[in-house]
Amino acid sequence: MEEDKLHEEIIRLVNVSKSYDGQQVLQNINLGIGRNEFVTLLGPSGCGKTTTLRIIGGFEMADSGDVIFEGKKINNLPPYKRNLNTVFQKYALFTHMNVYENIAFGLRIKKMDKEEIDKKVKEVLNLVNLRGYEKREINSLSGGQQQRIAIARALVNEPQVLLLDEPLGALDLKLRKDMQLELKRIQQRLGITFIYVTHDQEEALTMSDTIVVMKDGKIQQIGTPQDIYNEPVNAFVADFIGESNIIDGVMVEDYYVEFAGRGFKCVDKGFLPNEEVDVVIRPEDIKLVPVEEGMLEGVVESVIFKGVHYEMIINGNGLRWMVHSTMMEPENTRVGMQITPHDIHIMKKVKTE
Amino acid sequence: MKKHLMAYPYALWMLIFTIIPLALILVYSVITIDDAGIHFTLDHFRRVFEPIYLAVFWRSIKIATISTIICLILGYPMAMILASKNLSKKSILVVLFVIPMWMNFLARTYAWMTLLERNGLIATIIGYFGIQLPSLLYTENTVILGMVYNFLPFMVLPVYSVLVKIDKAVLEAAEDLGATPFIVFRRVIFPLSLPGVSSGIIMVFMPALTTFVISRLLGGAHFTLIGNLIEQQFLTTMDWGFGSALSVVLMLIIILSMGFAMRYEKENQGGGLW
Repeated sequence: MEEDKLHEEIIRLVNVSKSYDGQQVLQNINLGIGRNEFVTLLGPSGCGKTTTLRIIGGFEMADSGDVIFEGKKINNLPPYKRNLNTVFQKYALFTHMNVYENIAFGLRIKKMDKEEIDKKVKEVLNLVNLRGYEKREINSLSGGQQQRIAIARALVNEPQVLLLDEPLGALDLKLRKDMQLELKRIQQRLGITFIYVTHDQEEALTMSDTIVVMKDGKIQQIGTPQDIYNEPVNAFVADFIGESNIIDGVMVEDYYVEFAGRGFKCVDKGFLPNEEVDVVIRPEDIKLVPVEEGMLEGVVESVIFKGVHYEMIINGNGLRWMVHSTMMEPENTRVGMQITPHDIHIMKKVKTE
Repeated sequence: MKKHLMAYPYALWMLIFTIIPLALILVYSVITIDDAGIHFTLDHFRRVFEPIYLAVFWRSIKIATISTIICLILGYPMAMILASKNLSKKSILVVLFVIPMWMNFLARTYAWMTLLERNGLIATIIGYFGIQLPSLLYTENTVILGMVYNFLPFMVLPVYSVLVKIDKAVLEAAEDLGATPFIVFRRVIFPLSLPGVSSGIIMVFMPALTTFVISRLLGGAHFTLIGNLIEQQFLTTMDWGFGSALSVVLMLIIILSMGFAMRYEKENQGGGLW
């Protein structure tokens, strides 16, 4: 049952393209979003993620392509006729109204009666942990509280889809982490679709059911956080999601790749013989071992303490390797490095246009 | 400490040209001078409340209020168009709007006289269609026209400057919550623009209430507003005492109306409009 609901599609973008002043910001976006799904559009600034969200919200019109909502084309429907709500980047609260009036705004437009509005405002304030804040003025609230009000103002309308445009961007780290968990909790409790835009990969990995990685107006990869992290489709995704060593290599044959001057067993296949590839290795997947046991060797060039782990740059085999480890090797030590076949990710070279 | 020093020239200026004259007016309004010397008196104020002068006050307030309302009705949409996003059209509009301001106030008002007079341009053109117009000049409506024409920018500019500062995301948020463009205007744009509206009202109402040039040129020699009355006391009848009393009452009216406009502004900062 749950599983069925997850797969039922609520929004679909078909060949959506958009340009501003002759500059293409979205190219043939095709994307299906399921009911109850927490989808994150992730990418660097200017990748088109916010434009995609605004097209779904109705604030921008696509130049071509269709936006389908519950099986119906809504290309030209203005925002006020769409059954979805948005949480804006800088909250966009109504400063001339108090908290209660802000939240009640959408309900009043629907001509709901007073008692029901009272009840719903109370409920949603409980949901965002701001019980008793009805009479407060917007300007008297902290950034985190304003953010909660913005979320409450959208959720009180019981939309089937909630759009969130980098809603945590202005909050400090600790608060951001708390809000991430809280948003996830709210999404699961209400069972509605969240479409979330961020450039923060950690945020995306923490909250999402599905991540859509975008770059230059194109979708690079769609997958679960695990898929995206463990099996990035290209060097861009690998680099954007977490830190990576990206090395030029040659795929000699299936399950055998050469890089850094020697051959390695790997788990990938299906490349042309001797095809040039990108080899991606996560810093935490390189094990430091005594020199004689290593597949590669090098000298520790620098060590930075990162809290949970040490980040070491190791100069070896003509390359500089980033290694994360909880064990520290002092600078200028000779170390060996070991990589298991499973941790070597082979990617087709991205053609530079 | 240095900052204090830099305020002295302005303070001195205020003292010489504002505070002292004000004090003099207050003094003149309550004294009479005759051969026996200077006496305290409230006669000047008593005269202000004679029906003939009250009628002048009433007429001035009425005309200033009508002009202010017309400025608001014409100026608000103008400010909205100026504040809307389309830049290329906007600059043309701004230029069209500003050009008349480059001309001298008197020249502009004289221009209206030649347009409106018995054999003026408007009467001539309409005359071609066989319609005989009554005199367009020297009526109350002509004075109102002159006030609206001259003071409209003082309404448009403060409203415009508040409107351009409204975050577009706030309007999108309202639309997102189901508000049609009309509701967005009524429940978000208009309430947020009220500070601009109230300063616009003050900035139009004050000069409209005190002007004596527009009423003289477009209303004719017998058209009397408070401004004209005060001018007469100081320049024609030389009754400085009565002129000062009129000025004091006028000032009180202005202070009261400003207080009213500002109180209204504060009331609307919080809470909904419903």
